[in-house]
Parts: sequence; structure tokens; C-alpha cells
Amino acid sequence: MVRELHVDKIADAVASMVMEANYTLEPDVAAALEKARKDERSPVGQAVLVQLAENAELAQSEQVPMCQDTGNALVFLEVGQDLHLVGGDLYEAIHRGVARGYQEGYLRKSILDDPLRRKNTGDNTPAFIYTDIVPGDKLHIRVMTKGGGAENMSQLRMLPPSAGWEGARRFIVETVAAAGPNACPPLVVGVGIGGNFDKVALLAKKALLRPVGRPHPDPEWAAREQELLTEINKLGVGPMGLGGKVTALAVHIETMACHITALPVAVNIECHAHRHKEVVL
Amino acid sequence: MARHYLTTPITPEQARAIRSGDEVYITGTIYTARDAAHKRMVEDLEAGRPLPFNPQGAVIYYVGPTPPKPGQAVGSAGPTTSYRMDKYTPTMLRQGVKAVIGKGYRGPDVKAALVENGAVYLAATGGAGALLAKRIEKAEVIAYADLGTEAVRRLTVKDFPTICINDAHGGDQYRDGQLQWVEPDAMVKPR
Repeated sequence: MVRELHVDKIADAVASMVMEANYTLEPDVAAALEKARKDERSPVGQAVLVQLAENAELAQSEQVPMCQDTGNALVFLEVGQDLHLVGGDLYEAIHRGVARGYQEGYLRKSILDDPLRRKNTGDNTPAFIYTDIVPGDKLHIRVMTKGGGAENMSQLRMLPPSAGWEGARRFIVETVAAAGPNACPPLVVGVGIGGNFDKVALLAKKALLRPVGRPHPDPEWAAREQELLTEINKLGVGPMGLGGKVTALAVHIETMACHITALPVAVNIECHAHRHKEVVL
Repeated sequence: MARHYLTTPITPEQARAIRSGDEVYITGTIYTARDAAHKRMVEDLEAGRPLPFNPQGAVIYYVGPTPPKPGQAVGSAGPTTSYRMDKYTPTMLRQGVKAVIGKGYRGPDVKAALVENGAVYLAATGGAGALLAKRIEKAEVIAYADLGTEAVRRLTVKDFPTICINDAHGGDQYRDGQLQWVEPDAMVKPR
């Protein structure tokens, strides 16, 4: 018996996730910011972190967006290969869910139809959809509503293999330093290493889906994440770039195979308002 | 670090008295404008048309708020990243604008224009949109309504909290603040 799932359920889930993500800080991010308040020694950095805590509390209690940039709706799907989707077009249902969530939730519509003609689509669609087919008969949906300020500070470089970890490390730390206050630190830093030009960017983005601060399962890469976090927090950028010890909350690295000529590295920068939700249907 | 409570419009003397690192609380009328509105304002000026507001002593806030819920004056309204306005800012300062509010680094042309025109660049806390909206009592679209969230709005604010990043004397709080906290063996030094 093949399991069936109506696409309207997916639209409903997406609509509520984009609203909820913008109103309520997820526990992993809230815990990381609370730890930052304990670790930060700069008075002005402290003051910023206190404001962010007050802001998060207000957003949740009044059910309003914590940040006015309510983001680009990124929807990551893991579709079980034994699942049968019924009732219409899957992607259309997701766009419908995003449009409804942004409308009913009083979220900002920030998506333009064309990069140069620049006309607002009016409902924050299209959602940006990423699909993987996996074993099983479930649908796992992860939603990130990602602001533009941090995304703009992201970088990708095709390093020569001779650059090695030292070259990759330098590129990542320099990218975070250049982002500074523009990207709303303390940041979550998503890093992709390996793959090719496009895969490495996706790795960096998917690294942001991991709960904040959960280490890479491979101890060697987990140690590199810690090393990067230490280096980044030496920069002195601090909360909102005003100077301090906590520039990043976490660094997550994802890796994959690559060609003998290549050492691709991508850094996807995420702001402190790291808004993400997930559900399994 | 001093604390200033200012009511708009801002006088040249008030602007020059602000130093980088100072807290500046603004009360009165400020105007919103982001990328698209700046592009239009500069085009208007080039075509000989007036700005949608009197620029003398004016304050511009780089923000695109969320739609207000029923009963709200304005939705969430934190600052957007300022460098995207760098191309237009010297023109606005030459028109008499005395303060701009955003977040993030400014380029050398903007820093020079702040000194030449006796104006300041202020930062509000990025990502604190719900909290900052509480200091905004009224919001009305006054130009370019077709731009939606990017339209020019007249905001009535009360003690709107900012910190001065770049002052009219070349001071830079991002540089000074970060130099104070950077570790000696950091891979990159503050710019």
C-alpha cells in the first residue's frame, strides 16, 4: 500500500512555518544567544544582546516579525520515494503556502520578478525550493526564511588544492571579517568544502540547517569547526560589529567528494535572527 | 561617550557635536528610504524636481517595514544594510540631510561627505525590528507608493535609539570598537 499525502497539507504546513519562524526564535538559536550574553565581555556588545533578547520576547508575545526582513522563503524537501503526492502540483502548493503565510502573517514581501527589471511579485513568491529524494514514505520539510543582508556577504572561491586547510581557513575567516556589521552578527556561519561550483554553495546553505552548535559527526571536521569559531571570535567584530568577543555563534561545515584539480569553498553567512522550522508529514 | 536627545530638524551645530560612539535618541519626524527610493530621489534631483521632503536638517532611515497588523502604527522596522545607499548618500548630504540611520560599513566617499557636510551616520540595532517599531508612533507614505515597502514614509518617532558610527570629524566607531576587542593573533585586523 503506497502512502498518499495531499498537497494542501503541505501548503498549510509551509504557511504556518513561515509565520512561526518569523515570530519565534527556535530553541537552538535562543540558547546560543543566551550563551553569547554570558560570554560577551564588551559592554556595548552586551547591550546589543540584551536588546535582541527583548526583541525576541516582544516578537513572540505580540506575534510580530522579529526582523523587518522576513526573508526569502527557502524550502528544503526530502521526499520519500514511496510517498504518493496527490491533489495537485507539489511546487505550486508550496508557493501557495508561502503566499498565504506572508499575506496572513503580515510579513514583508521582498521578492522581485527579475534581477534587473525589479518588480515586486507582491506575495513573496516564488519560494526557493530544494528537493532530495530519499528512502521511505515520509515528507520532511525544512523552511528557512533568510534575510538579504547576511546572504549578500556570502562568498565562494575555487581554491587550488595546494591551498589546503590553511587556505580554506583564511578565506572563511576573511569572509566573516569583511561581512562585519553588515550581516548582523553574532552570525551563524555555513561552510561548504568540496563538490564543484554549484554543489559547494548548496553545502554551505545546507550546513545552516543543522541545529546551531551541533558538531559535525566526523571528529576531525568537528575540530575544524571549533578552530574556525575560535579564529572568528578573535576578530573583535562583536555583536552588530560594535566591538566584542562574540562575532559568531557557531560554524557548521559540510563536505563532499571533489575533483583532483579542485578545492571549492563556500561561505554562507546567516544573521543572528536565524529563522528555521521543520516538520515531517 | 556622550548621550544626545535631539528633536528634528537637526541643526549643523547639533550634528557637529555628535562624536562616534555617542548614543543619539531622535524625536520628531524622520523619513524612510532604501535603494529604490534613493535611486528615484536622485533622478528627481537631476531632473530638477524637488525631494519628497524638506532635506534641511532632515534624518533618513534606511528601512523597509513589514505591513502593520491592525492597531499598529507600523510593522517591524529595523535598519537595512547601508552600503547599498553609498552611491546616493553624498548627494543627499549636499541637499542638507544631517543624519542617516542604517547598519554596516560605509565607503570612503560617504565618510568624506559626512565630514564635508557636517553630518553623521547612525546605526540602529539590526534585527531588533519589533523593539524599534515601539519607538515609532506614526507612519505615512508620502512618495513612490508603488514601491510598497520601499516607498518613502514620514515617521513620527520618540526617543528612537541609535549609536553614532561615523561622525563629522572622521571618527569611526566600528574601527575603534573592534580595535579594542580584536585579539593580538587574529588572522584579520579591523579595517
